[in-house]
Parts: sequence; structure tokens; C-alpha cells
Amino acid sequence: MSLLEVKNLKVAYGGIQAVKGIDLHIDQGELVTLIGANGAGKTTTLRTLVGMVKPAEGTIQYDGKPTGKTPVFDFVRKGLVMVPEGRGVFGRLTVEENLRMGAYYRNDESAIRSEIDYVYELFPRLKERMTQLAGTLSGGEQQMVAMGRAMLSKPKLLLLDEPSMGLAPIIVQKIFEIVQMISKQGVTILLVEQNAKLALEISDRGYVMESGRITMSGAASELLSSDAVQKAYLGE
Amino acid sequence: MDIFLQQILNGLVLGSIYALIALGYTMVYGIMGLINFAHGEVVMFGAMVTISIIGMLTGMGLSLPGPVVVLLALMLAIPVCMLMGFAIERIAYRPLRNAPRLAPLITAIGLSIVLQNVAILIWGRNYIPFPPLLPHDPINVLGASITDLQVFIVISAIAIMAGLLFMVEKTKLGRAMRATSQNPAVAGLMGVNVNTIISATFVLGAGLGAVAGVMVAANYDQAHSHMGFLIGLKAFTAAVLGGIGNLGGAVVGGILLGVIESLGAGYIGDLTGGFLGSHYQDIFAFAVLILVLVFRPSGLLGERVAERA
Repeated sequence: MSLLEVKNLKVAYGGIQAVKGIDLHIDQGELVTLIGANGAGKTTTLRTLVGMVKPAEGTIQYDGKPTGKTPVFDFVRKGLVMVPEGRGVFGRLTVEENLRMGAYYRNDESAIRSEIDYVYELFPRLKERMTQLAGTLSGGEQQMVAMGRAMLSKPKLLLLDEPSMGLAPIIVQKIFEIVQMISKQGVTILLVEQNAKLALEISDRGYVMESGRITMSGAASELLSSDAVQKAYLGE
Repeated sequence: MDIFLQQILNGLVLGSIYALIALGYTMVYGIMGLINFAHGEVVMFGAMVTISIIGMLTGMGLSLPGPVVVLLALMLAIPVCMLMGFAIERIAYRPLRNAPRLAPLITAIGLSIVLQNVAILIWGRNYIPFPPLLPHDPINVLGASITDLQVFIVISAIAIMAGLLFMVEKTKLGRAMRATSQNPAVAGLMGVNVNTIISATFVLGAGLGAVAGVMVAANYDQAHSHMGFLIGLKAFTAAVLGGIGNLGGAVVGGILLGVIESLGAGYIGDLTGGFLGSHYQDIFAFAVLILVLVFRPSGLLGERVAERA
């Protein structure tokens, strides 16, 4: 059974239909990517999955149950965690406080402490800056905070919205390594990216979204080698 | 010299009360970007309800010492005001959460008028004396005098504010409040129930307001149904002076405004050759408000406003 099952999802924003009836599913343990140009409806899709936007039509089943009436703040307790577009770091909280916000719903203080230390091991840069306000960090460091914070939420399904946006290639490399590592630990991931090549290279499967519709889907390796994807997104 | 010291002492008393009230304005502003103009009315209700409860307690013929009666009444009035703060947000502001900014602002002013009139219905239009249960023994400080009640007011205001700042900076609830004020959508994703945090903010602010209301009434030995307006406006000025949205700013702004106002009242006669008397002291608070808005709208410790966009 799929961990996430989306059927005929339609979302409208103030008269504009951003998502026009999409189907997608993600199985336990998969790393799936959703690629597409700017404005294709990728972010709207993610925001709908965590209840920030209400669908106009269609159903979303997570872990076998419809999510229709779940309030936004309950998704994280069910293991559905999103790292939003633009990272969503709390600029006037310190790095450590940001990480602790990820564990907001948890009460197992000793486990939280050791997981924060683990995040510091993964990102030594964050350890150096643990008492610094997150707003003073570079974009790459903020993305590290956002990823670390998401890890502290103990996700079952992790939604990543454009983690590479605005970052230097070497930082992107590092972020994608972490995404792969989290995936190998058994976390199911839906990765939304404009950087199609990189995203497909680390993913099991992929969906291509164009103006609110899914136009292609399949194994990541197939999509990587397909002419249409190559032309539209890989610039070759 | 003794006038100067005397006015500084008076200013500290007044200022610590302003600071308590200003915290209520600034906390709500920090989390919702809203000036809750009904906050002054909560302060007034704190004073009035406390006086009514004192009346009931003394009517019961209990032979408790005066200060104990007042404290007991205050402890009962605080939850009343907290409930009021909760209801104000729930009924008046929450339905307007996504409305244009002018709508909640006008609602706040309207609510303030409604609450004032409710108070008039309950307590009438006259000044109500604060029962003489508290000692007002003067203490001599280098030629100036301060009463033991005033010393108690300043010390307890500072203790309460320190407790609040500790809560906001060091506890999980405080962290969630700060996160919500910076980015409510993302705080929601972390599992924070934003509505609960907003309610908690109103409730806390109202609790501080209730305490401040009783301090005002005890210090001036009286309360009345329209006292909330002026003191609310001055505390709002204090919050703006310190930098609205900034808790430390509210404390600094409150105390500073109290001192400025007292010094102004003390010297205005000399400054104008006796043309204006100390009853013109209110002009100082609002002169400060205008100057701050013109020259430093973000206040002394204010945050860069653009960041909130």
C-alpha cells in the first residue's frame, strides 16, 4: 500500500486553477521527485499535502487515511513534514532554537538532545553557529538549519520544496547528499525541484508537472534519458 | 535637587506601571501586527473588578489584614481579565484574521467604546475610591519621599516583567510565541497551534493589564470607568517609544515615558513661567509619541519594520 495516494487533486487560488487534477502515489521508502518549470503547480501541490491549502476537489490519503480534516499543526505529529520553499527558517531565533522548533511536538528531551548533536555532526558549521540568529546565516547554512529542523520532526514522509534554490553548486551537492542519506535511513521523500537532472539522479521515480497537470511519470532513469525531459528540463 | 529626585521616583512608579501595560500592547502586536486598543479597557476592568471583589470580601466580615484582602481580590480579578482577553480575541479579532488591516483596527476602537460603556452600566460614571486597606507610609530618600506601597509596586512590576521575559526567552511556550510572531505558517508546520499561541498571548497580556490596573487604582486611591483610555494610550506610546513588537523595548519605553512625564510635570511651571501647570503633564507623553513617530518610527529598540513584509 502506498504511504501517500493522491487522486484527481484540483486546487484553485483566487480563481486561478493551479493544480488541475493530478494523481500521484508514493510508496514506503521511495525517493520520488516532482519536477517542472516555475509556476507548474509543484509548490501548491506540496502545500495542499500538508493542509496549508484546501483542495477544490480530489482526495489525499496518507498512511491509509484521508487527510481532509486534519489541521496544519497535526501533520507533523503524523510524520508528514515539509521543508517549505525559501527554507522558512525563523530568522530571529538562534540556530539551536530553530532546531528545537522542529522537535516542538515531542517531549523526549534526552532523545531530542542527542538528535540535535547528530545534526551538528552532519553540519559542523551549524555547531559553530548554534547561538547565532538564523537570519544572519548564509543561504546554504539556512538550508542546513531547515533540513536539520525537519530531521528533528522525525518524518515518515518528508516533503522538500526546492532545497537547491539560490544555493551555490557545492552547497547543493552537500544538501543532496543529506537528502540521499535521510532516504537511506528509511524516510520516504517527495522532492520538488527545478534542478531536474540532479533530482532525477538521486530519485527512484519522478513526475513531470506542467501547468497544473502531470504530463509524464516513471522511473527516474527513464525520465532522465527521455527526449522530452532532456529537451525541456535538461537543456540538451 | 529634591524636586528632581522626587520626580524621578514618581516617574519610576508611573513608568513601571506603563511598562506592564505596554507589554500587553507589544506582545499582541508582535504576534498579530495588531494594535489592541481595547487593552486599556482590560486594565480598567482589572481595577474595577478588584475593587468590587474587595467590597464583597470585606462585606463577608472576614478579619484579614488589608493587603491580604487586596491581593486575594487581585488573584480573583486576574482570571476575570484573562477570560476577557481571551474573549476579545476570539469574538472580535479572530473572524477578521485575514481582513484588511483597517478592519481589526476599527474593531479595536469600537470594542474599547463598548467595554467602557459596559463598565459605566456596571459601576456608573463616578470615581470609585480604592478601599483604604494598603499602607501609604512615606519613606524618605535623600529629601524626596516614596511610599512603601509605591516601592512594592515598582518591585513587583519589575519581578513580573522579569518573569515574563524569562518565559518568552527560555521556555518552550515562549519559543513558540516568538516563532509564531516571525512566521506563523512555518510555526504551524512545526506543530504549533497558532490559534492557541495567539490566545495565550492575549491572556498573558490581559493578566499583566489587570495587575497594572490595580496598581494604578491603589496608587491614586481611585478608579473610574473611563480611566482605561488615557492610560492605555500612554502605555501604547511607551510601546512605540521602545519599539513596538519588542518586549525589552516596552519595558524601557514604559519606564522612560514615566520619568519623562514626571519630570515634565515637575518643571513645566518653571519652564513656562507659571503659564502651564503640572496638570498639563499629559502633553509630554503625546509629544514623545509624535517625536518618535516623526524621527524614529521603529522606536528605541525597534525591529526593522521592512523585515515583516
